[in-house]
Amino acid sequence: MDATQIFETAHMISDENLDIRTITMGISLIDCIDSDSDRACQKIYDKITTKAKDLVKVGEQIEAEYGIPIINKRVSVTPISLIAAASKDRDYLKYAKTLDRAAKAIGINFIGGFSALVQKGYQSGDETLIASLPQVLHETELVCASVNVGSTKAGINMDAVAQMGQVVKAASELDLMTNAKLVIFCNAVEDNPFMAGAFHGVGEADTVINVGVSGPGVVKAALEKVAGQPLDVVANTIKETAFKITRMGQLVGTEASKRLNVPFGIVDLSLAPTPAVGDSVAQVLEEIGLEQVGTHGTTAALAMLNDAVKKGGIMACNAVGGLSGAFIPVSEDAGMIDAVNAGRLDISKLEAMTAVCSVGLDMIAVPGDTPAETISGMIADEAAIGMINNKTTAVRVIPVKGKGVGDTVEFGGLLGHAPIMAVNSASSAKMIHRGGRIPAPIHSFKN
Amino acid sequence: MKAILTVVGKDQVGIIAKVSSFLAEKNINILDLSQTIMDGYFTMMMMTELPETSNLKETSDQLQELGHANDLTITFRNAELYKSMHQL
Repeated sequence: MDATQIFETAHMISDENLDIRTITMGISLIDCIDSDSDRACQKIYDKITTKAKDLVKVGEQIEAEYGIPIINKRVSVTPISLIAAASKDRDYLKYAKTLDRAAKAIGINFIGGFSALVQKGYQSGDETLIASLPQVLHETELVCASVNVGSTKAGINMDAVAQMGQVVKAASELDLMTNAKLVIFCNAVEDNPFMAGAFHGVGEADTVINVGVSGPGVVKAALEKVAGQPLDVVANTIKETAFKITRMGQLVGTEASKRLNVPFGIVDLSLAPTPAVGDSVAQVLEEIGLEQVGTHGTTAALAMLNDAVKKGGIMACNAVGGLSGAFIPVSEDAGMIDAVNAGRLDISKLEAMTAVCSVGLDMIAVPGDTPAETISGMIADEAAIGMINNKTTAVRVIPVKGKGVGDTVEFGGLLGHAPIMAVNSASSAKMIHRGGRIPAPIHSFKN
Repeated sequence: MKAILTVVGKDQVGIIAKVSSFLAEKNINILDLSQTIMDGYFTMMMMTELPETSNLKETSDQLQELGHANDLTITFRNAELYKSMHQL
C-alpha cells in the first residue's frame, strides 16, 4: 500500500478533524401501538433497549479498532404522532419521557422521532403531539422533535406554519435548549441520521443502521493545495475528498451493521461543522476565495461545494440518503459566527444559501421578543424554498428570552455559541393569520 | 487481522528496534516496512499481521504509550480503513 495514502488518512484523522459524526439506529415502533398508553410505552421502552442495547458498545469497539472517532451514537424512531394516536391521551409527555429514559438506559446522546408529519393536514395524534411540544422539550433531555409542514407534492400547510411559530415562541419561554431540539421541515427525509431532525420513516425496515459522516476540515485542507486554480479544479478536489470521507462512512456502517446484526441503510455524506477550530464549512467557502462568508459569491461557492460533495460521495458507497450536502448551522461553525459578528452575514443571506445547500436556517439565535408570526414567516419562507426546489429545507431558530441583537448565547458542546441575529421588524402577522394551505407547485414551466 | 502502524517523530537512535521488539513481544508479524526521513522527521510505515487472539485496542494503547515515552507519534489501525478509503 502507498505510504503517502496511509499518511494522508492518518493526518486527516489526527489534524483535520475527520470523524464519523453519528451512527444512528432507526427503529420502527409500529408494533408498539396500543390503545393503553402505559402498555404502549412499556413496549417502546423494551424495543429500544433491546434493539439498541449494544449500539454504544459496538460504536466504541469500531472507534478503537479503526482509530476513527465516532462522535455520536443515536436512535431515531417512527414519528410518535402515529404511534401514540391510538391511545387518545391528552398529551404525549409520557411517550417523550419513555424515549428519554430508554435513551439514557442505552447510553446514547440523542433520540429523534418525537415527530409529526402534517404537510397536508392533521390527524388527532399530530394535534396532540404538537400541543405537547414546548413541555416535552422542556421536561426531557435527550428527545429531539421535528414537524414536517410542507412538501413539493402537497404544498405548505400554513395552519401548521402558524402554529409552529407559536410553539417555538412558547418553548423559548421555558428554557434555552428547547428549540435546539426542534426542527421544522419541508420535504423531511425518512432516513436522516442527523439530529435534531432524525426520525425513522414508515417506509423503512424494522431496524436499520444509518451513518452520518463529516469532514469540513479535510475539504479545507485539500483546497489549500489547489489555491488559485480554476473552480473546476476546486470542484474536482472536493469530489475526490468527499469520496474518501464517504468510503470511511461506508466501512463503519458495514461493520456496525454486521456486528449489530441490523441491515445497513444509508450513508449521509453531509459536511457537518463543529465549533472546533478547523472544522468549519464557512472556512471551506473562504478557502474557495471569499474574504468572509456572507459576501457576494457565497451562494455560488456553496452551491458548488454542496453539489461536489454529493457527486464524490455517491460513487463511494452502496446507498446514499439522508440530507447529504453541506450544513450551515450558525452556532456550530466558528467561521459563521465570525461573519455574523463582523456584520457580513445576516438572515437574508443565510436564507439565500439554504436554497442551494442541504438544510436550512439552522441554529440561529434571534431576539427573545421576536413575534411568533415573524418566526412563522421564516418557516414559511424556508418551506417555500424547499417546496419549489424539490429539496429538504428546515428551520431551527432559537429566540433567546431577555436578549437582543448584539448579545451572545452559549449552548455548550457541539451546539456551540451564537450571536443574536437581527430579524426584519416589519410584521408578517396578517399573512400568517390567514392560515389555510399554499397549494403544491406546478412541475413544469420552471423559469 | 492486518493492521498498519505509522511512526512519525524526530529521528533518534533505535526507533525501529524499539517498535519491532515491542511487536515481537506481542507476537505480531511484520509483513512489510517502509521508512524515510522527511524534513528531518523519521517517518515509518509497517504492515503487520496480528495473531487471532490479540486485542487491537489494547496493543494500540500500548504503542501510543511507547510513542509518548520516546517523543514519537505512533498510530496503529485496522488496515481495512486505509484500503477502503483509497481503493475501489
